Amino acid sequence: MKVLVAVKRVVDANVQIRVKSDNSGVDVSNVKMSINPFCEIAVEEAVRLKESGVVEEVIVVSVGDDACQEQLRTALALGADRAIQVKTEAELQPLAIAKLLSKVVEREEVSLAILGKQSIDGDNNQTGQMLAALAGMSQGTFASSLEIKDGEAIVTREIDGGLQKIALKLPSLITTDLRLNEPRFASLPNIMKAKRKPLVQITPEELAVDISPRLTTLEINTPAVRAVGERVANVAELVEKLKVEGVL
Amino acid sequence: MTILVIAEHNNQTLALATGNTLAAAQVLASKNGSEVALLVAGEDCQSVVEEAASTQGVAKVWVANCAALKQQLAENLAPLVVDLVAEKGISHVLVSSTAAGKNIAPRLAALLDVAQISDLIEVIDADTFVRPIYAGNALAMIKSSDAVKVLTVRSTAFDAIEFTGGDALIESLPDAVDQGLSRFISEEVVSSDRPELTSAKVIISGGRGMKNGDNFVLLEKVADKIGAAVGASRAAVDAGFVSNDMQVGQTGKIVAPDLYIAVGISGAIQHLAGMKDSKIIVAINTDEEAPIFKVADYGLQADLFDVLPEFEAAL
Repeated sequence: MKVLVAVKRVVDANVQIRVKSDNSGVDVSNVKMSINPFCEIAVEEAVRLKESGVVEEVIVVSVGDDACQEQLRTALALGADRAIQVKTEAELQPLAIAKLLSKVVEREEVSLAILGKQSIDGDNNQTGQMLAALAGMSQGTFASSLEIKDGEAIVTREIDGGLQKIALKLPSLITTDLRLNEPRFASLPNIMKAKRKPLVQITPEELAVDISPRLTTLEINTPAVRAVGERVANVAELVEKLKVEGVL
Repeated sequence: MTILVIAEHNNQTLALATGNTLAAAQVLASKNGSEVALLVAGEDCQSVVEEAASTQGVAKVWVANCAALKQQLAENLAPLVVDLVAEKGISHVLVSSTAAGKNIAPRLAALLDVAQISDLIEVIDADTFVRPIYAGNALAMIKSSDAVKVLTVRSTAFDAIEFTGGDALIESLPDAVDQGLSRFISEEVVSSDRPELTSAKVIISGGRGMKNGDNFVLLEKVADKIGAAVGASRAAVDAGFVSNDMQVGQTGKIVAPDLYIAVGISGAIQHLAGMKDSKIIVAINTDEEAPIFKVADYGLQADLFDVLPEFEAAL
């Protein structure tokens, strides 16, 4: 069977972003970009499924301008077999991305799609579940373990207060949580090899998807900054202060 | 028009977060003169229905009670809500921004062919909302052009209403269809005498500075004296000290207690995203330069292994 993994190019997790002074957006020029951490976990999981013989082919897809080829190459270096770039200059919302991915799922006839649970820029936590709905797939969100057995995906999910185990009929959509795996580092030979792996481009028009936005961003603001606090010398002083505040 | 809230519950009681989501629904209702309805989908959930119907400000409770909805699997629940939206003239569907809510809402939105607005923190008007992006380092004001709006609500932004003082009309819905896509196997929920992280008034959290999972007992001792919940940073979860459901942060739980005590936590932006709306923040850390001190109301630069026993004794 084939597995599709979607990856997103995002501002690196260690970058402290700034809101533009005209409140029109977030300034992402000249900052370090990376593969979204949860997407990296998704790539790793797919590659592990291939290594264990469950999956024959790992296809990685990203939606965006040519810059996202860098993240596609990273995924190829980590072990994906081939890449698809859905090429668009537009900044897409999760529903449009899910529609595009759904067409790719259909074209490639994949049995499994693995996505990160959320991207660390938009923080939406939507695309995977939307893809599942549009492709009519079962969904295993926030997965901390995944096993393919007898035509089903057995997924352990991170839920509030604990874990839930469910069985999904294939084809299934999985979104990754933190503890699913620890992604490997790409070795230099694999990075070189990734340059020669196939990467094809398609457009939203070819997939016949309407990507017009449903949401308009009116303004972006910086949240209120907390007032500077004070240092206390010892535990006694701390307890005293907290009692005065009425929180102890 | 009607604003629909999908109740989160375990077939016995309503989740506390549903109280926060209902509060957001009532803010919306006051802007456009709608009424608020609550959907209780489950199996043998009569006690939840009673609780829902007695909640102030809830006009109607719609009940779907069948085996296919026992665990509220998204594959079975979403189509039911799609039908409900079509039949009842619903303008907004609100769901708590919890693991359960985040699982169902986007599936529903895509089936309705509408965008979803995640993590609502402020209602401007019936079409315009504010939500955090980039780990809460920016706030986006967003206007939706869809006829039906699907939103998840960040609990910390709305004070919960209590499940009392109301007398709603109860109406039964037809049974949901089991789509045959997913099957529940088991659930392990940690039972604890301590309060839940997301509703606790006081939280004490540990980070990488705790050195190992066994040392969390030092936090638990303090927690038990002051009725606090125990949390952790992503670093502590990543290092395998504690389980992921204790994680406070951008991709874990978002909390805003009256008192948040961060112990051995450096204060990465991803952690701050989960707790910086707490009323009082205390930081205990040996590193004078730790970013956590920038958001702390009270900072104590000291070794946590000295401080925690002393703190416990002083309480």
